[in-house]
Amino acid sequence: MKIHEYQAKAILSRHGVPVPRGEVASSAVEAGEIAKRLGGSVVVVKAQIHAGGRGKGGGVKLAKSAGEAEAVARQILGMTLITHQTGSEGRVVGRVLVEEGLQIARELYLSLLLDRAAGKPVMMASAAGGMDIEEVAAKTPEQIIKVSIDPGVGLVPFEARQLGFAIGLDGAQVNKFVKLATSLYDAFVKTDASLVEINPLLVTAAGDLLALDAKMNFDDNALYRHPDIRDLRDLGEEDPLEVEASKFSLNYIRLDGNIGCMVNGAGLAMATMDIIKLAGGEPANFLDVGGGATAEQIRNAFKILMSDKKVKAVLINIFGGILRCDVLAEGVIAAVKELGVSAPIVIRMEGTNVDEGKRLLRESGMNFTTADSMGEAAKNVVQLAG
Amino acid sequence: MSILIDKSTRLLVQGLTGREGTFHAKQAAAYGTTVVGGITPGKGGTTHEGWPIFDTVQDAVRKTGANASVIFVPPAFAADAVMEAADAGLALVVCITEGIPTLDMMRAMTFLKERPATRLVGPNCPGLISPGKAKAGIIPGHICKEGRIGIVSKSGTLTYEAIHQLTQLGMGQTTCLGIGGDPLIGTSHIDALKLFAADPETAAVILIGEIGGSAEEEAAAWVKTHFKKPVVAFIAGQTAPPGRRMGHAGAIIAGGKGTAAEKMAALSAAGVKVVKSPADMGTGIKEVLRS
Repeated sequence: MKIHEYQAKAILSRHGVPVPRGEVASSAVEAGEIAKRLGGSVVVVKAQIHAGGRGKGGGVKLAKSAGEAEAVARQILGMTLITHQTGSEGRVVGRVLVEEGLQIARELYLSLLLDRAAGKPVMMASAAGGMDIEEVAAKTPEQIIKVSIDPGVGLVPFEARQLGFAIGLDGAQVNKFVKLATSLYDAFVKTDASLVEINPLLVTAAGDLLALDAKMNFDDNALYRHPDIRDLRDLGEEDPLEVEASKFSLNYIRLDGNIGCMVNGAGLAMATMDIIKLAGGEPANFLDVGGGATAEQIRNAFKILMSDKKVKAVLINIFGGILRCDVLAEGVIAAVKELGVSAPIVIRMEGTNVDEGKRLLRESGMNFTTADSMGEAAKNVVQLAG
Repeated sequence: MSILIDKSTRLLVQGLTGREGTFHAKQAAAYGTTVVGGITPGKGGTTHEGWPIFDTVQDAVRKTGANASVIFVPPAFAADAVMEAADAGLALVVCITEGIPTLDMMRAMTFLKERPATRLVGPNCPGLISPGKAKAGIIPGHICKEGRIGIVSKSGTLTYEAIHQLTQLGMGQTTCLGIGGDPLIGTSHIDALKLFAADPETAAVILIGEIGGSAEEEAAAWVKTHFKKPVVAFIAGQTAPPGRRMGHAGAIIAGGKGTAAEKMAALSAAGVKVVKSPADMGTGIKEVLRS
């Protein structure tokens, strides 16, 4: 799960990571009042959306007075911000973070995430902060310093010192860095984060270190033990159909094509998308109904699938292990009846009770095409989608 | 022969008294697996469907001589169950549970490193089956056939698909192994290939991967220098958009890494027959065995 910058900063701050003073606003008037409270000669007004590249898209602006902050916030709030991470439709900005302006001496990079191959958290730091880190990794990988952390021991001060000196901090700054990095690790573990990224990590003219930007992602599997973090979910940042699907524990991702897919199992669902493309079609979605789907779930899945107006034909590919084919067939027939679906439906099913399932489909008198293999099913559905 | 499980397997079921545990314990027993008992803390001393229930894995091992366990406990308790099984000295621990928090798994993996006698399969996997001999997990037995092909796969239903294609073509399997699609798993593609290499019965292997991570690339490098048997590979997610998690926690193209194209290229370069279509896994095996 993703959260906004201002929420990530609040969490990090609670765990001892220094962040700039600031508050979030959902109206321009509020933004002006916050700027007044912050005082100083300059404030920064930052659009809050779940995507990077906000500055380049015009979502981050400086203001030299409370009045100017209000005016800038008025421009940003409600705008559709398009960045390299939002896609062409962009995101509508509903909130801005208003922060004190700071004197920048250096911009560094610091992050913490899981190293899959090592099975451990890895902390990464770089002197090349403020830039797209993927670009740094591609062009100058030597500029990224990594420390692998033993999860049983946690981040040891010497590891943090190694990173601090490697990115060019002096002795006094390294002490501050060790404290900050330790707090960051603490926040990562205590909140079951999957990623914490500070880019840039600011060194001020006075030699202080602060998280100027912050990104946190969380492990969905661990949200059950963090109700406070689960409450930070912003449904406005997600596709409405994906939100609807998640209510029924369905795994749905909207794509651009016109062939709707319903599959059990994530791997088979991906493979089904692949085979549609190989047959010359374009999948409209990824949809995994899970291994133990009930007729009710199949019905809900169908509803969501058909709410996407681009869908011209549907491919159902189920390998029934635990999920029985007759149960699947009943669910599909009920859903098609209830929703009055007119789009052609190709069904490929295999496994437990397959003959009974096929019989039910045949005798339903509905517009189903059945296929015996994935290849045949893909060919049929691509043809039917036109 | 087969790998990891066979007629000598004495299987415990952690979470036997739950709905899933009960159903799959019965299925495994019906398939011919020797299921020796279950563990449900607090229900020790009782019986369930004729099987003895124990409070701890340690106790169960002592009293039943079990050498393997399969785990069907809820995600919040699954990492604990994995560590308990390893501590009891079981050689094989198969964790079916989906949705275990990553940090819990990270701690469990550290715990397992100090207990090298235990092999973990999974979590978030369908388990494994040695056709005609035994099964631990949820792979439907009726689609399998005894034979000479090994299967190792990150995906559950795609494993069934591969099994089905082979069986339809008249080719049976030695062992079919689902290793799971989570970022942290106990048994990797390489681990499985090593076991298949040492199994004289296994003539060829189907390797099924997914986008995300670098396990398939590592397997490719290992195959190139060590694995002498023919391998057919399929990678799911060739058309997946970057940055979106495709169901499995580990199936995500992040930072331009972990794409299907990279994995397929690495495997091809290692001499593996990579099929683009998931419908061609079975026929792919037929071709490599003919040549």
